[in-house]
Amino acid sequence: MSKIHVQATVNGDSVEFLADPRETLLDCLRDHLDLTGAKEGCGTGDCGACSVMLNGRLVSSCLVLGVEAEGAEISTIEGMADGNELHPLQRKFIEHAALQCGFCTPGFLVAAKALLEKNPDPSESEIRFWLAGNLCRCTGYDKIVRAVQDAAAEMRGAA
Amino acid sequence: MSLVHKPLPHDAAPLHVTGEARYVDDIPTPTGTLHLAFGLSEIAHGEIVAMDLGAVKTAPGVVAVLTGDDIGHADCSPSNNDEPLLALGTVHYVGQPVFLVIADSHLNARKAARLGKISYAEKPAILTVDEALAANERFEEGPRIWERGSPADAIASAAHVIEGRLEMGGQEHFYLEGQAALVSPQEGGDMHVVSSTQHPTEIQHKVAHALHLPMNAVRVETRRMGGGFGGKESQGNHLAVACALAARLTGKPCKMRYDRDDDMVVTGKRHDFRIDYKVGVDENGLIQGVDFIHYTRAGWSMDLTLPVADRAMLHADNAYWLPNIRIESHRLRTNMCSATAYRGFGGPQGLLGIERVMDHVAHELGLDPVELRKRNFYRASEPARSGAGTGKRFSAEHSPKQPEQSGVQTTPYGQPVEDFILHEMLARLEQTSDYAARKQAVAAWNAANPVLKKGLALTPVKFGISFTLTHLNQAGALVHVYQDGSIHLNHGGTEMGQGLFQKLAQVAASAFGVGMDAVKITATDTAKVPNTSATAASSGSDLNGMAVKAACDTIRDRIAEHLAERHQTSADKVVFAEGRVQVGGEDLSFAEAAMSAYQARVSLSSTGYYATPKLAWDRVKGEGRPFYYFAYGACCAEVVIDTLTGENRILRVDILHDAGASLNPALDRGQVEGGFVQGAGWLTTEELVWDAKGRLRTHAPSTYKIPACGDRPRQFNVELWTGANPEDTIHKSKAVGEPPFMHGIAVLMALSDAVAACGDGSDYVALDAPATPERILAAVKRQRGGYV
Repeated sequence: MSKIHVQATVNGDSVEFLADPRETLLDCLRDHLDLTGAKEGCGTGDCGACSVMLNGRLVSSCLVLGVEAEGAEISTIEGMADGNELHPLQRKFIEHAALQCGFCTPGFLVAAKALLEKNPDPSESEIRFWLAGNLCRCTGYDKIVRAVQDAAAEMRGAA
Repeated sequence: MSLVHKPLPHDAAPLHVTGEARYVDDIPTPTGTLHLAFGLSEIAHGEIVAMDLGAVKTAPGVVAVLTGDDIGHADCSPSNNDEPLLALGTVHYVGQPVFLVIADSHLNARKAARLGKISYAEKPAILTVDEALAANERFEEGPRIWERGSPADAIASAAHVIEGRLEMGGQEHFYLEGQAALVSPQEGGDMHVVSSTQHPTEIQHKVAHALHLPMNAVRVETRRMGGGFGGKESQGNHLAVACALAARLTGKPCKMRYDRDDDMVVTGKRHDFRIDYKVGVDENGLIQGVDFIHYTRAGWSMDLTLPVADRAMLHADNAYWLPNIRIESHRLRTNMCSATAYRGFGGPQGLLGIERVMDHVAHELGLDPVELRKRNFYRASEPARSGAGTGKRFSAEHSPKQPEQSGVQTTPYGQPVEDFILHEMLARLEQTSDYAARKQAVAAWNAANPVLKKGLALTPVKFGISFTLTHLNQAGALVHVYQDGSIHLNHGGTEMGQGLFQKLAQVAASAFGVGMDAVKITATDTAKVPNTSATAASSGSDLNGMAVKAACDTIRDRIAEHLAERHQTSADKVVFAEGRVQVGGEDLSFAEAAMSAYQARVSLSSTGYYATPKLAWDRVKGEGRPFYYFAYGACCAEVVIDTLTGENRILRVDILHDAGASLNPALDRGQVEGGFVQGAGWLTTEELVWDAKGRLRTHAPSTYKIPACGDRPRQFNVELWTGANPEDTIHKSKAVGEPPFMHGIAVLMALSDAVAACGDGSDYVALDAPATPERILAAVKRQRGGYV
């Protein structure tokens, strides 16, 4: 099948790639742009491991076609830290031991960042509902919720 | 300053939060790498009559297609040589690999794999316990039976005899990273394998076997897995073997990963169990005799079923003194995926059997379930600990088989229980969880609320630590100190998120008295440490920790001897601390000490080796000491159910868990929290459904519900017991991977308690697992005499 040229902005950088029209955005990020932070956990939009931001919306990149990224602005886990300066969420995930195998971690972080951008002071329930689309098999979630709460508090204080 | 016992974060945490951590599928592959996918059997049992693979072969990007006829019996079994990579004439379950597609991309391989047209002569499929029993389809010649005392007599003469049946489901591992392998052909036919596996040596063994190579021609590396939970102990063999065969055929690197649906259909899961029980108790609820019959569906091949079913038998006592006991275990062959290792390895299933018995007996005798459990506990390891009920314990006339009131009691398989700390642990948890007051509060709530009913339960865990196949209890390490004082650490354990690598780096840094940044953690590699055991049975830090310590101590002692000689003092006067080495008034950096030793031609590299002592076990007789020690814990759970829908929530959980002198309390708490939630998932939301044709209908997260963020307890209090392991383990710590999984049992018992509040107390709830909303609703209906 002939490939389609796609031009997009990823983590602030202009990128272009050739996509098979059947390829997902996840595959394009991973295979064509070498951005392997987003993971395939299920391929059906149920686990959240492939979460990225597409034009300011949190999406499962396994449910978006690569060609849909034409002209879009995308941010992934690779763009979350500012150079060597970790985002508060990243630091708090480390401090709270909110990760074990780490496979779901990029998805949780991207999703949590999207939450805090909309709602800088989320309640425990709001965090729980927002992260309902991200599965973690290792931690039991408690430390993840605490890390998000703590990061939110710090970011409010810093703002 | 010692680095062991410190709550340091996971070693790869900075890589995980930035997305830099590499899993198998993230490793850049050379141009020309090929991708593999299996064509799968669509029926549960039958002969392959014809295979039309024309459309597969001509599909876009396909390089080659292999069948069983092409490769013969390339075995993937970890035990019995009964798992050919590709079906050889007969298919045994829906999802069994039948042919292998090699293509230029993952997508092309998967698409082509769906184009095969296979015709079968179907045979009757054996899917249920009853069908397998009727056909006598089983592993081993008959049921395994262990017996102590005279259970039949003890039950017959007991004041109360209670019988029942418990069914519990299996469990999908749902490691977030699916199975994956990448194999690169090397010069001279050697193979380099990168695999997401808990058992690199087994991958090496199976690949070497399939290619008819000696093991030294195959090198396997594993840096990390995205979760394992037992599901990557044997289930990764197929992908590595397939890639190796394809790599030899094509001369190209070959990669394979299952997509989620294939992973769930093809690979094995936790064994489901049916347990029939008959128990005789005295007036005080003390168990006089108990008879268990375990039935487990092992699936089509043996895999690890024998040791799994053995471990279920070995945990039939949990924390209770059972003077007269018989356990009969049926390992049944069914036309399903082959059940395999899963966190707890049969232990949770066996343990749930006796916990159900406790719940049932408490109901029949009208006793508080916690009080009943304490009365039946093993005697405390120290004398004169007055556990509740011990005063009356052996007063009944009909208990002539009870031993004296002091001394160590033994498990049904004859191992002395010398380290029993559950009396103290339970007393503490009852206090911190406020069990008695909350029990009353729950009763008051239930009296006032007709629709939402609450339940409370507190259950203990005693779990045996060691591989029951005794020779697996060994480990090796390889440590280098370079001339700049930096340290290279390698050992046989694998990292699947549990934090093993960090714990062992703490052991190494502590041995040399250096900071964590001096120690480089490296991928598990069969070329560095050979003949490793799986990272399983919770043994990772126990075994590899001791091996690492041995290697580090050897090098440190060599450096000490060298410096002592130079300063005309003795080696024990050389102090390694805080990155410095002090000897005879001189203060060197560790790097200077290393350089000095190097220049004096002292070897700065060593292996380390460890074999667990004291073990002796006869699995056929069911006698001996299979375990080095026991790990303990207890959990109090409160739940609420909606009696109109069966919907339920975990309201509060309090856990007290024994990790010995924890090597890393942060990582150990993570194991306890995650283990509990996974255990609760097993017994509540995680339901595997096979239809009448043997097709797994729950093969994706859309239909198979692992706990999500909202399913965790609203209040979650986890405390580590502060006590050192009396056995000589690595820095007196205890294994922590599997034991906390069984704290999930408290949730099932709390749900049972909530359902019981719907009835008048005449009928036992008998809630099977998983206690899905449907099951809870049905149980409520039974309690209410048919009305919801």
